[in-house]
Amino acid sequence: MHKTLLATLIAAPLLLGTGTPFAATAYVSNEKDNTLSVIDLDKLETVATLEVGMRPRGLALSHDNKLLYICASDSDRVQVMDLASRKIVKELPSGADPEQFALHPNNQWLYISNEDDALVTVVDVDSAQVKAQIEVGVEPEGMAVSPDGKWAVNTSETTSMLHWIDTATHELVDNTQVDQRPRHVEFSQDGKYLWASAEIGGTVTVIDVASRQPVKTLTFAIKGVHPDKVQPVGVKLTSDGKYAFVALGPANHVAVVDAQTYEVLDYLLVGRRVWHLAFTPGEQQLLTTNGVSGDVSVIDVASRKVTKSIKVGRYPWGVVVTP
Amino acid sequence: MRPLLPCLFTALGLLAAGPASAELDVRIGYLGYTPERGPVLSNVIPEPADAGLRGAELAIEDSNSTGRFLKHSYRLESAEAASGAALLEQARALHDGGLRLFVVNAPADSLRQLAAALPDSLLLNAGSADDSLRTDNCAANLLHTLPSRAMLADALGQFLAARQWQRALLIAGPTEGDQAYAAALRRAAKRFGVKIVAEKPWSFDNDQRRSAQAEMPLFTQTAEYDVVLVADERGDFGEYVPYHTWYPRPVAGTQGLTPTGWHKTVETYGAAQLQKRFEAHANRWMNDRDFAAWIAVRSIATAANKLRSSDPAAIRQLALSAELPLDGFKGRKLSFRDWNGQLRQPIPLVQPRALVSTSPQDGFLHPLTDLDSLGYDRPESRCNLAANGG
Repeated sequence: MHKTLLATLIAAPLLLGTGTPFAATAYVSNEKDNTLSVIDLDKLETVATLEVGMRPRGLALSHDNKLLYICASDSDRVQVMDLASRKIVKELPSGADPEQFALHPNNQWLYISNEDDALVTVVDVDSAQVKAQIEVGVEPEGMAVSPDGKWAVNTSETTSMLHWIDTATHELVDNTQVDQRPRHVEFSQDGKYLWASAEIGGTVTVIDVASRQPVKTLTFAIKGVHPDKVQPVGVKLTSDGKYAFVALGPANHVAVVDAQTYEVLDYLLVGRRVWHLAFTPGEQQLLTTNGVSGDVSVIDVASRKVTKSIKVGRYPWGVVVTP
Repeated sequence: MRPLLPCLFTALGLLAAGPASAELDVRIGYLGYTPERGPVLSNVIPEPADAGLRGAELAIEDSNSTGRFLKHSYRLESAEAASGAALLEQARALHDGGLRLFVVNAPADSLRQLAAALPDSLLLNAGSADDSLRTDNCAANLLHTLPSRAMLADALGQFLAARQWQRALLIAGPTEGDQAYAAALRRAAKRFGVKIVAEKPWSFDNDQRRSAQAEMPLFTQTAEYDVVLVADERGDFGEYVPYHTWYPRPVAGTQGLTPTGWHKTVETYGAAQLQKRFEAHANRWMNDRDFAAWIAVRSIATAANKLRSSDPAAIRQLALSAELPLDGFKGRKLSFRDWNGQLRQPIPLVQPRALVSTSPQDGFLHPLTDLDSLGYDRPESRCNLAANGG
């Protein structure tokens, strides 16, 4: 009797998770639990917890949303999860300590930052072969590939630089110095601008991609929060090019920025140490991972209100959403 | 005439293509002198002999990784000596060789001598926690990256206040350092409302490893306390206080719950990456000396990068301004106090295998930055470096 009951209890969350195939789903990496939390975005609750490699951080989806790439930092590999079966189907050689990565528009080349080795590793996801390794600055972290596929940009935290890698030759061709500890880079939908957050500098720099020169440096000031605690990390831009959302780390707020005028419109209180962001399909809601409080905040984009927090695992870090 | 000049520069640039002759070549001296700590009871786990130096070496590697994108190169020239006088001689030799930037891991007396002997150089103190260097006789050419004893004691004092451990027994060893640490604890106790119910000097010289069970409970039998504070910088007897106190109470200070500039258990805010790099470099854990030397070299490199110059006066001026945010993996930007050259920094409170807390504790407010609630604040220090010019 007891055994059956236990088995049912364990199976229940999994069944719930797979039982609602039409709901949009968020996947959250829990850095200290070695798991992913699966959030049903209709119910706005965690419906399953999946075991993955050690210290999972960066997450990325294949362009058809069928595969989930997971940086298992302390396992020194990138895992590939088939989202239909929720099983790890492949492991990619990633170089040591992969932290963040970005998938090229060709759906084939994965650009991985290797935090401990000061390298960017390019892996062909089909053949699981390393295509190239490019030397960059100390503690590479943020990765982005331009929408036209021409540039892969990496940030190195201790070097405080953006490294521009030509994807045709896989050579580092230029560097842009930004403020201290750049963590994340995000291209605008039209590929003209690159937004780079600097955690210790406390700024976000907007860079003109054509000239690779900064056009604007944004600063943030939140009433009642000491400036030292304003530490920008994740950045997300709406696809209409109107707004940018910036996660401000231990300031526990997300800044809403007018992406045209660069004016900061609002600060939204979320959970503690907010890391990364992801939009739900249609960009009606924005999810934030809150590392210290172990939850995900849900922001209603139109009203700019935080509507819910969802409990996940310990130290949630990355988040992606499938429709 | 005009076009000639760019041509000349181009030619020089081509000549200077090798890494050794970069566009900016920064040479930093490391001066190390650690006096013998004498025989101690707790000698089971040895202290690393190269503490400090290994941190400076790693910071040079880190800085060169940035430098190679900018054609900057950083070099460390290290000298270690067995006495203060020998260190001074070594420093003079490096100075004659053209060095003007030094990271020093040496006691306060030796530091004072060096600062006076090299007035045209900038020295970063990564080895002495002495408070008088930061309050009474601040040398104009001296910055400090190691936290002062007052900062450490205040970090602990805030934690005691936050936990409402309001009554303390203070045990202090006999050395000058122990007495200074005890003075910092008394000051912190007063600042944060902790009452020292009894104070006892440690004067036993028998082997406590064998007889702690017998001696320590009686030794700590005083008016009731919430916590025992220990001032034993050498690690002579302090390791034998926990679990042997008359009342079953926690132990803090130089042993037990310890405030320190850095520890293996510090891992958040990117610290895990620094720890890994250090362990790969030195094959051991990074300690507070290593961190102080690391951040000292990084401070110089960050300033030199920003200034495109290795001029010691310019680096000093920038370091004392608010324009040099430093990344020290402590969760927030670090900066130097402009009145005494002390690096502001959060202080981890650790036990041997875990981070217990980090001060400043929540709620200890300050008009400028809560980091200045640790150690001697501007009105309490008789130094005013910023006003004394570069």
